[in-house]
Amino acid sequence: MSFDTATLITILGMSAVTYFTRIAGLFIAGRLDLSGRAKAAFDAIPPAVLVAVIAPSALATGWRETAAALVAAAAATRLPILATIALGVGAVVALRALT
Amino acid sequence: MDRGISPHWRDDVLAGLGDIWPVMLAVAPIAGLFGALAVGKGLSIAEASAMSVLVFAGGAQFAALELWSYPVPVAALVFSTLLINARHVLMGASLMPKLGRFTRLQRLAGMFMLTDEAWALAERRALGRSLTPAYWFALAGTLGLTWIVSSVLGAWLGSFLGDPRRIGADFAFTALFIGLIAGFWNGRVAAATIAASGLVAAATYAAFGTPWHVAAGAFAGIAAAYLAAPGPR
Repeated sequence: MSFDTATLITILGMSAVTYFTRIAGLFIAGRLDLSGRAKAAFDAIPPAVLVAVIAPSALATGWRETAAALVAAAAATRLPILATIALGVGAVVALRALT
Repeated sequence: MDRGISPHWRDDVLAGLGDIWPVMLAVAPIAGLFGALAVGKGLSIAEASAMSVLVFAGGAQFAALELWSYPVPVAALVFSTLLINARHVLMGASLMPKLGRFTRLQRLAGMFMLTDEAWALAERRALGRSLTPAYWFALAGTLGLTWIVSSVLGAWLGSFLGDPRRIGADFAFTALFIGLIAGFWNGRVAAATIAASGLVAAATYAAFGTPWHVAAGAFAGIAAAYLAAPGPR
């Protein structure tokens, strides 16, 4: 069992903020009334963060990665997540090997 | 209304298990991938396992790995976790009126296991009958155990894998996230969110490097959703 101090602090911090998000709703139920644009903005938080996290890899690494990201995006419109991963990874491996 | 253990708790446990098993089959390989990639990023098996036990939130855990480097950017990782998991607040608020049969302790312990999948299934269950602690803990607890066990196995197997780039595993995050993002697709608003977040994040990364691209892209995406949604200005 090996733990790095900074890693442990990070995991505990991630755990604390995540548990906070999980119970906060119990205490504000009934007082939270999001609608219209505010609701749309709140609903957009997860995809906005997820896109931002992968933007360097998908858009700013090289054309092979960008092309493989497009393959994965096309797969994601109709296939489950594991198939999306398999096709995206397969595309990047093939493009790196061929070019 | 009676609280705590219902006389039908056995039926509720079986109903919870029956609802969750297809989700377990989908989640187990993803948790295994998390463990393997975590070890590839330099985390120990114990650290990867601890994250799955204590955080138990797939999107946030994969985002943390993508941003992970040494020295560890503690604040950026905790902040991105908070942003990604902020949606739990709305799920908890919508579940609260359906938790009448839970004690206070059961509510606080039960919400530790709140995930997108357990929330969706519990909401569906609550449409037809009352939500019991037996149903919730069977459902959410089994999913939690699946996540933890598969993460540990994946981390252990990943320690034999070697350089993740050789088999394209470095790109697995990107492909996985594209799959997760597709789950949030709702038309015009999602298109605006994705375009704004992607372009601003890539530009910020090119200009200032990591981890600033996450906050910049996220806020651009959220602002784009606000502007693209119908409603009074």
